[in-house]
Amino acid sequence: MPDTLRGKTAIIGAADTDVGVVAGMGATELCIDAILRALDDAGIGKDAVDGLVTCNSMAEPLLYHAEAMAEYLQIFPRYCVSVGAGGGTTFTALHQAASAIASGICSTVVVAMADSLRSGMSRERALAMQSSSGHPEFERPYGAPVPGYYALIARTHMHEFGTTPEQLAAVAVSARKHAARNPAAEKRAPISVADVLESRLIADPLHLLDCSLVSDGGAAVVMTSAARARDFRHPPAYLLGAGEGHSHEHISQARSLTTSAAADAGRRAFEMAGLGPTDVDLAQLYDCFTPVVIIELEDLGFCAKGEGGAFVAAGNIEPGGALPVNTHGGMLSHCHPGNPGSMFALTEAVLQLRGQAGPRQLAKADIALVHGQGGIMSSHCTILLGRETG
Amino acid sequence: MSGATRNLPVPTKVSAEYWDACRRHELLIQRCTGCAKHQFYPRLVCAVCSEKSLEWVRASGRATLTTYTVVRRPVSRAYAAEVPYVVALVTLEEGPTMMTNIVDCGIEEVRIGMPLEVVFEDWPEGVTVPKFRPAGAARKTQAP
Repeated sequence: MPDTLRGKTAIIGAADTDVGVVAGMGATELCIDAILRALDDAGIGKDAVDGLVTCNSMAEPLLYHAEAMAEYLQIFPRYCVSVGAGGGTTFTALHQAASAIASGICSTVVVAMADSLRSGMSRERALAMQSSSGHPEFERPYGAPVPGYYALIARTHMHEFGTTPEQLAAVAVSARKHAARNPAAEKRAPISVADVLESRLIADPLHLLDCSLVSDGGAAVVMTSAARARDFRHPPAYLLGAGEGHSHEHISQARSLTTSAAADAGRRAFEMAGLGPTDVDLAQLYDCFTPVVIIELEDLGFCAKGEGGAFVAAGNIEPGGALPVNTHGGMLSHCHPGNPGSMFALTEAVLQLRGQAGPRQLAKADIALVHGQGGIMSSHCTILLGRETG
Repeated sequence: MSGATRNLPVPTKVSAEYWDACRRHELLIQRCTGCAKHQFYPRLVCAVCSEKSLEWVRASGRATLTTYTVVRRPVSRAYAAEVPYVVALVTLEEGPTMMTNIVDCGIEEVRIGMPLEVVFEDWPEGVTVPKFRPAGAARKTQAP
């Protein structure tokens, strides 16, 4: 059971659309653009695709999203599904794609998502969407915006472990340092801890610069069996481990505010891969808000519980640090089009493993960990990728 | 205009008793007749032991503040007049956790671990929402 998927599948194509403000492109067009670019990257045509996994758009929601993408491209897959796990969707989708290939349902799967949160939604609609977070009867009446829910978590972490606003800010500063090396990143100008602390408070203790961006954009990857993976244009990125953890939907029902189901997801992924945290060369962690990265670092075993703040403040996750995190700049500085946000963390991991990350290429990038979480630290999925089958 | 209406709960068959009691300024929670554990929010089944026979009991209304945030940017225009306001998780004396607002308390005075007591805010929309204030605090504001 634990090694079900180890080394059986690989990513053979990966590509991003333009990100930031992408004028004139709706969410559907961005998703199609992402698919076409990923197919080009893999060097295959659309007719080679027999599986499609997508995520619905918030700006342009469709009743049957994956079917609509298949129809647009006139492809007729054996496996076609839209996944909805909030910010955790990227890796949950990848987990499903790998499972479908390993179980023989299909052989070449495209995982694609895009959204146009920046250009495709009015401020009114964006607010209404944000207002729809939380339990409709027992949370929403109290008027917390999404950052408020994460602020509840941050406050608890500060209270229990002495984590400071400066340490939260260090996560944003690090993301910006990585983004400075990525020409595609939306925000590249350096920021300091003081800049973060002086940005306006959104929901104490979270400042504006503790919050991720709101963007247009999309990305896609192509996955196939390990047996076929070396027949394509680029070196494969093999899936070595995958694990999920699910603890609640609404934050008032969380079993713990400071330990998340990332601990379950990470343990399961490491077990499958036969690897541990010290084997990881880069970690691409979900960073919708700065405290999330600190908790993920702890729960995934990169540092002890309660020490995430100090781990980050010591520079470990920065360029040149012991564990570079979000080498593309993350959702804090690269881009964040909502549920597809982690796709860019994934495509970046693939580039790093291939040795194609240009000026930000890490000297050693054999094993990458990617992690997403959706809801309010609710739905977690960890994937380990490597240059060899493991 | 959208955003001008507060987020109103729509009671279900299971939760109607809770919201009706709020209107009478009583805080009701469920207790399992099997394992005697209290639970919130109300459910069809005990989330601990799966017993389907649950009874409504009146909570003491005493709670402890678990965590909080001060919302500076409201979730919608309907909440704009209340900014800055405190959203909190509180642990009821009976065990369950609830989300709520802390009222009748200066923002600087809010502390994790502080003892609280329930108060009820009657909204003009016909809904009564339980909120919490520091235990023993005098009511400073009138419900809108």
